Amino acid sequence: MIERTPVFNIVSQVLLFLGLVLSLLPFVIVVIAATHNLRDVNTVPMSLIPGQDFFKNLTDAWTRANFGVKLMNSLIFAVGVAVGKVVISAITAYSIVYFGYRGRMLIFWLVFITLMLPLEVRIVPTYAVAANVLSPFQGILDITGITWLVQQVSGVQISLNFGLLDSYAGLILPLIATATGTFLYRQFFLTLPDELVEAAKMDGAGPLRFFWDMILPLSRTNIAALFTIMFVWAWNEYLWPLLVTTDPLKRVAVVGLLDVVPGQDSVPQWNVAMAGTLIVMLPPLIIVAFTQRLFVRGLVATEK
Amino acid sequence: MQATDANSLGGTRSASTATPFVVEGASKPAVGKRKRRAATSTTTQKRAVFGSNWLGFAFAIPQLLLIFTFFYWPASQALYWAFTLQSPWGGGNTWVGFDNIKAVVTDPVYWDSVIRSLVFAGLSTGLSMGIALVMALLVDRELAGNKIYRTVLVWPYAIAAPALGLAFRFMLAPEAGLLAFANHIWPGIWDPTLNGNQALGAIIFAFAWKYVGYNFIFMLAALQAIPRSLLEAAAMDGARPVRRMFDIQIPLLTPTLFFLLVLNITDSFQDSFGIVDIMTGGGPARATNLMVYKIYFDGFKGLDYSGGAAQSIILMLLVIGLTFIQFRYIERRVHYT
Repeated sequence: MIERTPVFNIVSQVLLFLGLVLSLLPFVIVVIAATHNLRDVNTVPMSLIPGQDFFKNLTDAWTRANFGVKLMNSLIFAVGVAVGKVVISAITAYSIVYFGYRGRMLIFWLVFITLMLPLEVRIVPTYAVAANVLSPFQGILDITGITWLVQQVSGVQISLNFGLLDSYAGLILPLIATATGTFLYRQFFLTLPDELVEAAKMDGAGPLRFFWDMILPLSRTNIAALFTIMFVWAWNEYLWPLLVTTDPLKRVAVVGLLDVVPGQDSVPQWNVAMAGTLIVMLPPLIIVAFTQRLFVRGLVATEK
Repeated sequence: MQATDANSLGGTRSASTATPFVVEGASKPAVGKRKRRAATSTTTQKRAVFGSNWLGFAFAIPQLLLIFTFFYWPASQALYWAFTLQSPWGGGNTWVGFDNIKAVVTDPVYWDSVIRSLVFAGLSTGLSMGIALVMALLVDRELAGNKIYRTVLVWPYAIAAPALGLAFRFMLAPEAGLLAFANHIWPGIWDPTLNGNQALGAIIFAFAWKYVGYNFIFMLAALQAIPRSLLEAAAMDGARPVRRMFDIQIPLLTPTLFFLLVLNITDSFQDSFGIVDIMTGGGPARATNLMVYKIYFDGFKGLDYSGGAAQSIILMLLVIGLTFIQFRYIERRVHYT
């Protein structure tokens, strides 16, 4: 603050407070609606005094959508994607920055271009690949004529088939490739002094040892930031898990919301729906609230 | 561009407040650019690298395999399907040239979806960026309670799109929730399940709510990078806080605003799916049938792979175009932050 501006300060505080109310209102409404019984939640206007049925609604939503299994699936899915992204992008960036082989800039650009086409945009063909993950390699064999050649020579028709639908691998693998993470690590590695490598080489450390003993400890904060943001992102992913999993026991919690969406024909059970919403949105919210600094850092750094 | 912006703004207002950063804006880019070029050319390569090239390449193999399998192959597949007629359960493909794309672009339903997507993108981006800008400017004044705002305003961004879609569906439902009382006073005035424009408004509002926190983070970071001495100098010259916002902070924020604009629009194409699917299901009467939702609906529900692929290609071009614009202007953004 530079000068005294009492009137403008009051105006600012009022506006900020309005913004705060607007941000918090949906959370408050969800929690309050989840405490009402069926009659109260459908009364207009809904009472803002919490009702008695909070735990009943939670258990209703929990059993109806089988959230026990689905939250576990979500956890495996989100941790898998986040760990995968952290590992894959770290080693790719390490390869690009710390080695001198030809074509590494080409690799960098190949990775970087993927930024332009998010999964949602190429969803139909990616689904086809997940249905048979070996189809790209089959395609290569077909195009290069190897299939034909092998069939001529041995009489065996090569047909590679391995489906990833309804499996954790199918959920996780397509989401792991990451341009933003690779970019983040690359920028970070470039800021590390050259003397580190020289000293390590002089002491007789090879690339593997250098990576394990120097790079990993140094990038601890970056790893944590990237992990936080990717965990939240993966937890909230909806379209891909919706398509890839059809088995109710393989579905994730966010898709499980579909089981508590009120139907059209009866009195809508908004209280149970809001309890389900609360269950699904709480885990990422807790993570963001407790690791706010890492989350913001990861967000700003990856989008640059 | 930056310099002329500042000039025209400064010219119509007090010259003294404008002077410091007109000079900065006009002289810095030339020097800065040259310096940065020189700097990047030396730092993109380490002075000392490891000699074992095969091991180095091996580190990149997992990522290469993944992007080939799940990115480049599907993308090329989409191209192939867009130009062939494909039956969903295998069988032959026939080359049809531009017929699929022609069928898509001559379909009025498709153009309706494009226009609705653009309206959705424009309004939700404008709404969330506008609110976020006001919030960031006010939080940057560092008044009491500053920390609470910083913490809480970020939370909505952590919510899954379908979850917030369900929450907003309840709040904006015609028979229960928050807005339903309007129907008690004027029966039938609010019903997003029947009125297409109200449904579109509802998803715009829900999406904007999520992205306020996201935009706020970036804007606040950029505002805090502005040297305090600039604001203090302007205050000495008699510029009040609001004048400083319009003459100094917002002009210096333009690169960030532009970057966020592109990012929000691209995200509105992708991230809207969960909100649309839970809140409206594309209805009523296709009023909220946005582009990604239509691709999903035609491709998976209608089993029209070729039509879906053709739509994907058009959307890809749109996203690539936007990304290019972003990269074209990214230099400007880097310069001021």
